[in-house]
Amino acid sequence: MTASPTVIHAADLMKVYGKLRAVDGINFEVREGESFGLLGPNGAGKSTTMRMIGGTLIRDGGTLEVLGLDPDKDGPLIRANLGVVPQQDYLDEELRVAENLTMYGRYFGLPYSYLRPKVAELLEFAKLTDRAKANVEELSGGMKRRLVIARGLINDPRILLLDEPTTGLDPQARHIVWDQLYRLKERGVTLIVTTHFMDEAEQLCERLIVMDNGQIKAEGRPMALIREYSTPEVLELRFGVGRNEELLPQLEGIGERHELLADRLLLYVRDGDAALSEVARRGITPLTSLVRRSSLEDVFLRLTGRSLIE
Amino acid sequence: MSDLPLTRPLTRESMASAAIRRGVLFYAETWIRYIRVYALSLGLVAVVQPLLYLVAMGVGLGALVRGDVAGVSYLRFVAPAIMVSTMTAAAMGEFSYNITGGFLWNKGFFAPNQTPIQPRQIAGGVIVACCLRFTIQCLIFWAMMVAFGAVDSALSLLSVPISLLCALAFGLPLMAYTAQMKREHGQLNLVQRFIVMPLSLFSGTYFLLETMPGYLQWIGWVSPIWHATQLARVVCFGLVEPGWLIVTHVAYLVALALLGWVLAMRFFERRLRD
Repeated sequence: MTASPTVIHAADLMKVYGKLRAVDGINFEVREGESFGLLGPNGAGKSTTMRMIGGTLIRDGGTLEVLGLDPDKDGPLIRANLGVVPQQDYLDEELRVAENLTMYGRYFGLPYSYLRPKVAELLEFAKLTDRAKANVEELSGGMKRRLVIARGLINDPRILLLDEPTTGLDPQARHIVWDQLYRLKERGVTLIVTTHFMDEAEQLCERLIVMDNGQIKAEGRPMALIREYSTPEVLELRFGVGRNEELLPQLEGIGERHELLADRLLLYVRDGDAALSEVARRGITPLTSLVRRSSLEDVFLRLTGRSLIE
Repeated sequence: MSDLPLTRPLTRESMASAAIRRGVLFYAETWIRYIRVYALSLGLVAVVQPLLYLVAMGVGLGALVRGDVAGVSYLRFVAPAIMVSTMTAAAMGEFSYNITGGFLWNKGFFAPNQTPIQPRQIAGGVIVACCLRFTIQCLIFWAMMVAFGAVDSALSLLSVPISLLCALAFGLPLMAYTAQMKREHGQLNLVQRFIVMPLSLFSGTYFLLETMPGYLQWIGWVSPIWHATQLARVVCFGLVEPGWLIVTHVAYLVALALLGWVLAMRFFERRLRD
């Protein structure tokens, strides 16, 4: 891992829109072959960072090196190395499914003789071979996303940028997309993923930065972050509207800390079942209770006091 | 998928340099595909529209016009002007809603923007593809004029580049305007009604600009349609224009097209890099 060369290096990276510091002096490095995540809620500055990496957004400060090049100066060469999967698909509805890949390949100067078999191969990879001639609007959300990923692979990118790759997809479609991404990772493609889903970050990312308001709140491997910022287990209790806060004093001393959310109360504990027994022993009966492992959601809550999805 | 049977024929450096050198053409290919979808309807329009105009204006209205206009029959007088207006209308179509669509509706400009292609090359590709379409349409129009006996000299073929130049002199500033629009609330409809329509009515298409009262003649002077129409008449039937005026016509059209080009590039760059 440490032997792999650095492919992206950002130092004090900054993007300002009027008074809003969309990206506020962030520092990070990504190594070749790594799958790296930017986790944070909407508006945290993840997409802005992604666009600066691709050189389609000019940074306002700091340094940024992608494969040793400056995106503001060597945009075309950097983008020849990148595959981009944007949040909005940007599929061309005037063109058919296969044409979307072919014409995209032309933007890299790839000849039709190469693109014909390449497009067939990518459609196979995206499980869309039988839809080659369909209109884009006939595809389901999951199919569109697979097509966009396939499109991003037309130039055999060294780095694939995925901006919210499974937002808006149903669970089954998400798993198919994740499977597609695992296979790319096995092939050595560097993945950079933005997401506001903690399970996606846990599944896909070896290492991630947690972003909020344009800043990095924490960095590390998902498990290490959870160990550092949370307890092994969480006891979730619901007492009904308005009553969660009321019962809080009676739960004093159970667990290391708590979070009061709009609809539930989270107790951070070593052993969830033991904590739940203690709740029962004190004669408190919640409407529902749930014991679960800590997740990145809890890390985010700890760091920012807010939930990832609002 | 694990063992790739295909070897990419270009290195990353050559993909980047191919896009830097020929990105305009690569994007034009996509735009030509869009046009191809409408090829049948565009083709029909290209053939039927001149036919209708030439019959209605040249033959129909021409029958009411006693004697010659500017020394030639009304058909010969009006045909080159209709060619110029037809191309202006085509430019109105290509350089307005399609540009709005690329930025706001189907957002077609954003996918190529993620590739080695640069924003100004996307704008250039649109222009190249449209020029190709306009040239074909002009040639069809010219052939119809020949068939109607409205032109008979080889020199009249110059009306094709003149009409093309007019389409750009009108279309590129429109493209620049459209490229900076953040929303479409019917502005383009207003452009159509209050700019294109008056320009085509007061640009000496159906009569000489001199027949208009002086306080309306300025519209012609501002309008690329009038300048191109006069040039087309010079090459089609030898309308007598002083040399300085011919130079003015060409210079005005070129200046408008260049201004539109520079602004369109700038707005594309701003829009796709922000």
